[in-house]
Amino acid sequence: MNMIPGAAALKPADYKSSVKPVWCPGCGDHSVLLSFQRALAELALPPEQVAVISGIGCSSRIPAYTNCYGFHGVHGRSLALATGLKVARPDLTVLVASGDGDGFSIGGNHFMHACRRNIDLTYIVMDNRIYGMTKGQPSPTTEPDWETAIAPGGTGLSPFHPLVIALASGANFIARGFSGDIGGCARLIVEAVRTPGFSFVQILSPCVTFRPDQQRGWKDLVHPAIVPETDDPARAARRLMTDDGFNVGVLYRGRREPYQPSPKTNFAPSHLESEFTV
Amino acid sequence: MTDAARPGEVPAFDTIAAFFAQALAIEVEAAERYALLADQMEVHNNAEIAAIFHKMAAVEAEHHSEIARRADEARVAGAPANFRWTSPDGPEAAAFEDAHYLMTPRQALLLARFNEERAVLYFEAIAGAATDPEVAALAAEMARDERSHVMWVDQWLEEFAPDVADWDDDADPPVNSE
Repeated sequence: MNMIPGAAALKPADYKSSVKPVWCPGCGDHSVLLSFQRALAELALPPEQVAVISGIGCSSRIPAYTNCYGFHGVHGRSLALATGLKVARPDLTVLVASGDGDGFSIGGNHFMHACRRNIDLTYIVMDNRIYGMTKGQPSPTTEPDWETAIAPGGTGLSPFHPLVIALASGANFIARGFSGDIGGCARLIVEAVRTPGFSFVQILSPCVTFRPDQQRGWKDLVHPAIVPETDDPARAARRLMTDDGFNVGVLYRGRREPYQPSPKTNFAPSHLESEFTV
Repeated sequence: MTDAARPGEVPAFDTIAAFFAQALAIEVEAAERYALLADQMEVHNNAEIAAIFHKMAAVEAEHHSEIARRADEARVAGAPANFRWTSPDGPEAAAFEDAHYLMTPRQALLLARFNEERAVLYFEAIAGAATDPEVAALAAEMARDERSHVMWVDQWLEEFAPDVADWDDDADPPVNSE
């Protein structure tokens, strides 16, 4: 018999915390959480060598549900926190979780500059095109004609195109997944972690409470990207500019070297205090 | 729920160990998924449905134990061989998107029935396609086990009347922006 001793030493459940998720039943974020756990098991990363950093929003609850180091930060600042952590502790695998409001609006500027710096982070944005936690306001990725009592007639605003922005700003890995495909999202996260530099994974994750129409619709709309991944930014730009928003898979994998300043040795808390001396 | 008549791609197994690895992973995944759904329902105060999902999780865990016992010779140090966690969901894993915080017992059991039926089709397809007679026999046995689960769920379903039309009416709905 073909046996592999020691295989599957870590299981997805080993990365599950004892905290029960409060997301609505049916929410795509439940599936993304499983994808996180499966990816970490596939990567065989010891929990103590992983940190999950987040901002604010439904999606940003993920650190509490994940059995590794975590930090549930302030709104839009997950990438700033993660950047500091990775610079100080390059030995850690740092994943960053966000949503379309937290990541592209409040944290939009951090997003661009995280791409530009190309620090070795994996940024996973659960995009439901709405602010779910605060009761359903339009977000940067909401369609211009999506009508609600809060936005009568729709916002009339062009949606933010995060993958295009990521490419233009220098991200080294760009992918899109759909929460309904747990294994597929896990594969993307594995690839994102394994690719050096700043990796951005947009996961379409429907909000069943405020946009239940998306639930069935996205399942039928998503499709594998019909062209293979590229390392050519110009080709990737053409692809992303003509993207229908539902191509899933790895869309760009560049060759930029990550930026990783060497942490100071023999660094003591007194050094930090001296920086704040007036 | 998607079409139960489509079991998806039929995997081929070179060894009994590989087949058991897959079968064990399917049962683990199914049990964990039901447990997670039960957690969701507990958090949202739907205790009746939480109890159903806990029961389903227990049934799947029991089935896992039975398969693990039989698979013992095919395993090394307790670890099934050749299973990747980035593979697609198993046929018995409930889809999260089919859950609703006000779902009825009937809906929960129909969800379970769908998963069991899909598992039957999956193992029947393996049994039909396997070139190794030992794998084919084991897959056929698994299909029979899953069929017995379908019948058990069917009996359970008889306890519940059809859902009323306004089963999802909520006097205090979360959507307060309308």
